[in-house]
Amino acid sequence: MKFLCVECDRQMTFEERQLPGDGTLAVAFVCPSCGRKVAMLTNPMETQLVSSLGVVVGGRTVPEQPLEAVRGTVATGRSDAFHEDEARAAAKPAWPTWSAEAQERLGKVPGFVRGMVKRIYSEYARDHGIAEITVAVMDTARTELGLEGM
Amino acid sequence: MPLNIRTYHDLTEADRSGLLGQVGAQRRRVADRMAPIGRVVAVMSGKGGVGKSFVTANLARAWGRAGRSVGLLDADLNGPTSARLLEAPKGPLVVSGDAVQPAVAADGVRLFSMAQILEEGRPLAFRGEQAEGFIWRGAQEAAALREFLADVAWGPLDFLLIDLPPGLSRFSELVDLLPAPPAVLTVTIPTPESGDAVRRALRAAVERGAPLLGIVENMTGGPYQGDAGDSLAREFGTPVLARIPFNPPATLWADLAAQL
Repeated sequence: MKFLCVECDRQMTFEERQLPGDGTLAVAFVCPSCGRKVAMLTNPMETQLVSSLGVVVGGRTVPEQPLEAVRGTVATGRSDAFHEDEARAAAKPAWPTWSAEAQERLGKVPGFVRGMVKRIYSEYARDHGIAEITVAVMDTARTELGLEGM
Repeated sequence: MPLNIRTYHDLTEADRSGLLGQVGAQRRRVADRMAPIGRVVAVMSGKGGVGKSFVTANLARAWGRAGRSVGLLDADLNGPTSARLLEAPKGPLVVSGDAVQPAVAADGVRLFSMAQILEEGRPLAFRGEQAEGFIWRGAQEAAALREFLADVAWGPLDFLLIDLPPGLSRFSELVDLLPAPPAVLTVTIPTPESGDAVRRALRAAVERGAPLLGIVENMTGGPYQGDAGDSLAREFGTPVLARIPFNPPATLWADLAAQL
């Protein structure tokens, strides 16, 4: 899918992605010539279809996680289905800490996918030099990374 | 007067989403994971209830006992049975690095199955919008199959067996995902009804360029009468590798494994 500014005859470029949390998706594109912006809005079904392809509109900023689509979409998974290898985590620089509010929100994520979500947010924070993950950091990361439903 | 709009393929400027690149990366991950695997064998029939999973699990175990390194991917996402057939250990799957470790089941068979992920007794269901779910459910199941191929640390194997569900759609997805069509082992029961369904599966395999290894005729010598195995073998020029009675002798599986 591409967007064309008909007046300028220029391909519009990705500007920003927003996930309001209701299953919909908003992606803004801008014309590099005239600066006009348009937003593509998808309904929950369309968002689901894009997400099921395992691609991220706007591009990936973190590598795809193992079984990302399965862990991100299966609703009937066991809460203890996966165990994140701690030895691997320990081999990297220190993980950021989690604020109490952020931990509370993380606790509401289904156990089946919680380990992967925690790893994604932690890697995001580490890559951005963030020492403590707060709810605000989670909101920003969620939008930037395109983590629908996480 | 209509607008003069360039077509999709006319627009060649850099695209930050790079969706085609993302799909290409997914394909490369599958190819990389399959590279150290000697042979990928899809077990299919097109017909339910003929014993595909039973044959697949026993063939895998026979190879394991013979000292071959073998993996089994249970591609029946909605009715997975391989974990039970292979007495897979219960417990969490370890996520390490860029992959999930497969379970090591009976006779050293490396296994990955949806049964290891789902809650006991619960069907496979997906999160999100359920309305019009038929539109995206197929895509999500195909994505799961892709991840089972790409994100499981299969490691070097002599054989990776893929236990396909009834029907032909999962086989088509598999051929689309793999760098080369898998070899196909077909399972039927003797009846002409089974023969009809398996014929379609064999035809699909041939049309997709998949080499045929042969036919296993299961549940012979019992109430199911017919010659589906021989009939299909003649039609497709492929051998009947084994005829499996209801109580097969232990040596049968080793004999079958030795032929492949």
